[in-house]
Amino acid sequence: MSSTIATTRSAMGIPTGRLAVWWVVVSEIVIFGGLLASYVMNRIAHAEWGAQAAHTNTWAGAFNTLVLLTSSLSAVYAHKAAVEGDGRRAAGFLRLTCLGGLVFLTVKALEWRHEIVEGFVIQSGGFWGYYYTAAGLHAFHVIAGMAVMLWVASSAEKNQDLHRVENIGIYWHFVDLVWIFLFPLLYIAR
Amino acid sequence: MSAHAQAHSHPNYLKVYAILVALLAVSVFGPMLGIRTVTLIAAFGVALVKAYMVARNFMHLNVEKRWIHWALGLALVFMVLLYAGVSPDVGRDSGQRWVKTAGWHQLPPSHEQPGTGKEAGEAGH
Repeated sequence: MSSTIATTRSAMGIPTGRLAVWWVVVSEIVIFGGLLASYVMNRIAHAEWGAQAAHTNTWAGAFNTLVLLTSSLSAVYAHKAAVEGDGRRAAGFLRLTCLGGLVFLTVKALEWRHEIVEGFVIQSGGFWGYYYTAAGLHAFHVIAGMAVMLWVASSAEKNQDLHRVENIGIYWHFVDLVWIFLFPLLYIAR
Repeated sequence: MSAHAQAHSHPNYLKVYAILVALLAVSVFGPMLGIRTVTLIAAFGVALVKAYMVARNFMHLNVEKRWIHWALGLALVFMVLLYAGVSPDVGRDSGQRWVKTAGWHQLPPSHEQPGTGKEAGEAGH
């Protein structure tokens, strides 16, 4: 018995895969939005959190922002290559994007190691609770995005399922977008 | 390849990236002036601009179907509702029949208070 996979939603005019990714993004906005909104209201209510936030490394955060922006550029070039039908080039750009994710996670790990050695752990105060939760949840999304991206790259290299390049790109840009807000909240507002 | 992908021409991604990096520099160096208003604009105003540029140019929201915009907007409305509903309690020290004492955020003991049928810690709320 053969099965049919819906690849388009004619009523909405959006391919099913992209539609699914947008729904993921919508649900992620609620997850991260709730977390960030909670942080902002508590940060405003607790002026002393500014002193705790002063211990985060702005340069590490800025460097990681640059890394994620660069990886987003790479992801969008992968999309462009896929549109042009060049799966091999698209796969190369996707792997480059993953490398950006790896650099991001490495910097994050070094940063956390330094902070933990200094005695700032998740139980050290309200700020640190949010810091590790938000950055940790974001890092989990980076890891998940990298895993899917490598899988998409392997099929894109064979010029198969090139539409997935755009889909994983949308997710990756969202992960970048979340960090754009985490950076000033956790590293700059003191 | 999707009709969507073929329907729009690609913007100059390198130019968009250069602007994003320049904005990142503003958000890092702006707060170093130590002026509160400049810090807020450099940090959060610039973040909003960066987010808009990423969503528009990299996520291609500018050529996406209208109702995707509505779905994303609805999620943002939920976030605002959460903030509006909870922040008054977070920001205030007292309200009707409740006061934040020194240890208000600590979990109450789980055992019941004898004779009341209530758990310890409920009586004050």
